[in-house]
Order: sequence, then C-alpha cells, then structure tokens
Amino acid sequence: MTTLTNPQVKRGRDKAKTRKTLRKIALNGTAVVLFIATIFPVYWMVTTAFKTNDQIFTTEFIPFPTSFTFEHLDRVLSEGVAGNSIWLYLRNSAIVALGTVAVGAVFSLLAATAVSRFRFKGRTSFLITLLIVQMVPAEALLIPLFLSVKRLGLYDQLLGLIVVNVGLTLPFGIWMLRTFVAAVPKSLEEAAWIDGASRFTTFWKVLFPLVAPGLVATSIFSFITAWNELIFALVLMSDPSGYTMPVALQYFFGQRGTDWGAIMASSTLMTIPVIVFFLLVQRRMVSGLVAGAVKG
Amino acid sequence: MTDTSIARRSHRPQKASGLNPKYIPYVLLIPGVLVMVALLLYPMIQAIIMSFQKVGIPQIREVNPKPADWVGWENYTKIFENDIFWSSLRNTLVFAFVTVSLTLIVGTGVGVLLQQLSKRMSTILIVGIMFAWAVPPVAQGVIWRWLFDAEAGIVNWALNLLPDFLATALFGRADWTGVPWLNEAYTVYIALIMTVVWASFPFVAVSVLAGLKSIPSELYEAARVDGSGPWRTFRSVTFPLLKPVFAVLTILSIIWDFKVFSQLYVLLNGPTNRGAFNLSMFSYAEAFRAPPKMGSGAAIAVILTIILLVVTAFYVRQMVKSEDVQ
Repeated sequence: MTTLTNPQVKRGRDKAKTRKTLRKIALNGTAVVLFIATIFPVYWMVTTAFKTNDQIFTTEFIPFPTSFTFEHLDRVLSEGVAGNSIWLYLRNSAIVALGTVAVGAVFSLLAATAVSRFRFKGRTSFLITLLIVQMVPAEALLIPLFLSVKRLGLYDQLLGLIVVNVGLTLPFGIWMLRTFVAAVPKSLEEAAWIDGASRFTTFWKVLFPLVAPGLVATSIFSFITAWNELIFALVLMSDPSGYTMPVALQYFFGQRGTDWGAIMASSTLMTIPVIVFFLLVQRRMVSGLVAGAVKG
Repeated sequence: MTDTSIARRSHRPQKASGLNPKYIPYVLLIPGVLVMVALLLYPMIQAIIMSFQKVGIPQIREVNPKPADWVGWENYTKIFENDIFWSSLRNTLVFAFVTVSLTLIVGTGVGVLLQQLSKRMSTILIVGIMFAWAVPPVAQGVIWRWLFDAEAGIVNWALNLLPDFLATALFGRADWTGVPWLNEAYTVYIALIMTVVWASFPFVAVSVLAGLKSIPSELYEAARVDGSGPWRTFRSVTFPLLKPVFAVLTILSIIWDFKVFSQLYVLLNGPTNRGAFNLSMFSYAEAFRAPPKMGSGAAIAVILTIILLVVTAFYVRQMVKSEDVQ
C-alpha cells in the first residue's frame, strides 16, 4: 500500500485517468453526433408533416418548427390521394401484410420443423434452394406472375397480392425460423416422447411454445416485407381502391409540384407500425438473420 | 440430430395412428414446396422461356390472345445493342459496389463503437439507428427526395453554409439554392447511395455488435498482454473471428443493393429518366411501360439474375460450408 502514497505513481494514475475520461468523452461525443445524424431524416419527416406550409416551403432551416398544424394529417385522412382516404390504403396494406403472415407463419413453421428436426433425403438440396431463390430478383418473377395472376382472375384483387407476397417471403421465413427451431434442445421433445406423448402433442405442447418467440420475429419480418412491397403492388393493382400504401404515396408527386406536408404525414403513418415492430423484436431479428454465422 | 436419439426413439412402440416416420418431413414440407414451385421456380422458368419470345399487347390481351412468337436470341441481341442497357448495367454495378462497401465500413465502425460505449449509451444509440433501419423503402425515398429538394432541401441549405471560397474550390459553385439533384443520373445516384447506406448500416452495426459480444474476452486480454495495439487486435483477433458474420452481411447487402427499386423509383419519380435506370428499373420499364415488351423485360431480368448468382456464388458456397446445411 506504500505505492499509493508515492507521488510519481499517483501522477501516472491521474494521467491514465485523464486519458480514460478523454476517451470516454470522445466516444460519447461520436455516439451523440451519430445519433443525431441518423435520426435527423426521420425527425425531418415527422416535423414536416406537422409544419405549416410557409415553414415547409422555405430555403431557411427551421430545426424546431414554431408553427404546428394537423392540417396535413386531416387532409390525407379525409381527402386522401387518388380519390381515396389514406385509411383505405393503410387498410389494404394491413390486409395484404396480415394475410401474408397468416399463411406464411404456418407454412414456414412446418417446413422449418422438417429441416431442423429430421434428416432426410433431399434436405440439403432444399436448404440450398432456399438460399438460391433469395438471389432471384423480384423483376424476374414479376412478368410471369403478372400474366398468371391475370389469367387466374386475381388481377386487381388483394388476394392476388397476398399470394404473391407469401411466395416472396416464405424462403427467407423458413431460413430464419429453422435456426430458432434448431435452438430448442431436442432432449425436451424426447422426454415428452418417452413419457408417451404423441407426435402432435410433443410438437404443440413442447416445441411450439419454445419456438413461438422466433415465430413472432419471423412473422414480423414477413409482415414488414409485405407492408413495404412496391413493385408487385404497382403492377397487380390498377384500380385506386386496391392500392397499398407504397403505391398510393406515388400519387402525391403531382405535375404541379408536390404537397410535401401531405406526403410526409402519410409516410409517417406508414412508418409508425414498422418502427413499433422493430423496437419489439429487434434483438431476436438480428439473431435470426445472422444466426449460425456468429457461432462459425 | 444424433444417432443416440434415433436409437432411443426406435425403442418406443409405434402408435397405431402413425404414419411412417420416414415420411413425416416430406409431409411437413408439402405446403412450402408447393408455394415455392408455383410462385418462384415455375415463374422463373417461364421468365427464361419468355426471354426468347416476343410478348406484347397482342399476346397478353384478354380477348383472343395470340400465341407468343419464338424469336430466339433476338431479345438479348437487341438489349446488348441498346445504350440504356449498358448505362443501367454500369449504374447497377457501381452503385452496388460503392453502397455495399460503404454500408459495411460504416456499419462495422458503428458496431465497434457500440461495443465500447456504456450499456445505457449503446442502447440509446441502437434505438436511434433502429429508426433509420425501420423506415419503409418508399418512405426513405420520399424523405431523401425532400432533403435533396432543389429549393427547400436541407442538402442545398447545408452546402450554402460552406465558405464561398471552399465551395467554389471543391465544387466550382458557391450558391446552391435551386441546384437540382435529381435530374441527372450522376447526382441521382449520390442521393440514392446516401439513402441506402443510411437505411442499411444499422443492420450491419447491430449484427457486428452481436458478433463482437460472442468473442471471449480472454482473447483480447491475451492480445493486450502480447502488446498488440487496437488496430492490430482488430485485424488479427476480431476480424478473423467475425469472418463468417461479414460473409453473411456481404452477401445480404449485395442481394439487397443489386435489386434496389423502391428508393430509386421515388427519387426518379417513376421510370422517367432513362439514363439513371438500373437493371431492375430497366426491366420494369421495358415490360410495363407502353408499348409493353415483356420478352425483352424478361431477358433483362434473366441477365440480372445471372449476374447476381455469379457474384454471390462464392459467398453462397462459403455459407453452405459454414452453416449446418449438410
């Protein structure tokens, strides 16, 4: 303990302490700058939605709007765009996304259970197919699916869009969910199995509750994909009453200038559910996306 | 699955209700496989066939459609003679290369930063960058189109803040008010790169952070004891251990950035400025803008798919090896 009183050591420790404090300030400073820079565009969307027009259309920079109005929000909800209220487009988007999730969740759970609980002939080829179909750009499927949907009489119907979105989201859903199924220890199911539970009971009472959080994360991922999907909705929906949000937003860009207050209000409405979902499942989503890679 | 579990299972007498367990996985796969065959594989094959056909209004009209004419390689030769194809190809490749690199560099930097921060600070920052990540692509396009607006955009406002001599020296211009960003291909892509990097670096950062947390701290202690500096530690300890994570992140970024459509669609205000097309937009415009040339659109889509498969083949092989696919 004598070293503590030694003035030289003390000075050295002070120096180290100063360096540590400086480092901390630098790190936290970078974090703050990064935080502001990243969130600014989102902040700008929301504030523009509630600014009055004279504060929107100005070359000045008004970081904290002094005017505040619900005028744009009111307008998009009552008048809307392309002849319908934004409510209708939000509803259409919700129907498509929820329909996609409902079908996709069941199908992907079954398939994920198959590939992570059984060894069978064709398993490897199936998994590699899952990877490869994710490379295929939507445009390659767009043209043939457009013609098929037309032939089947599903053109201009939300059902057609749901079917297409199930196809687009399923491979990734299975890929993501299989890591969650694989993470549940097999011994639990074996115990139930030995105790005489049927295969179905084992699945329903043991595996399912443990996989449920992963299923939620996967479903949310599919929901967001379907909610955001633009190109198929653009091609498969010609009647404005069937537009989803991403398509409807395009109609704010008029020939005679753009109503930025209205488009920002609509964009904000479209973004809110996604942000809520993200904050709910953020951690599990990341683990699902890169799982397997981390463990090397 | 281990062998012991199979052995143990076989001790149990078969239930009468039982379907032969050998077939269970196939039954479970039926719906998924049907969906994938009907909605992905079959259309893909059709797209390849259509790329050798002439498919226009006479072929797709509802009343009395004509059968598609087989034209051989004509769609492809016509595309290769088209200047728009080459500019689209260049735009696609340059954009993907720049964006993937920037996303990975920025994302990794932020991931490392997140690890150094205190628990509270890192949570706050994660939630902050999560907002950018969560914004739907179409809304991303809307926001950045507004930020790059010629009159009221923040970008021009910020550039006006630069001291005149500096702005003139750097860009040959001091007054930025009214400078349009979204008219020319070159500047559109600057805006597009900003948009996509902004929205996709958070995912990389959070994934890198997850990877960093999985590295045992003893390794870092050993490196420190051996007198390794921070950069050296990153290169010799962190990077090799995170290689599989980077492989996945690279492949996902490549797939996403090659096919970027929504943001470009908004920034361009639809398929108007042909010089600023990428291959996705070119394919869409050929097939769905009057007059519809679906065969030609399919051919472009096939070319894009082949490019993607070739570029990602290496990474897919790595992934197949590192994952428990076998």
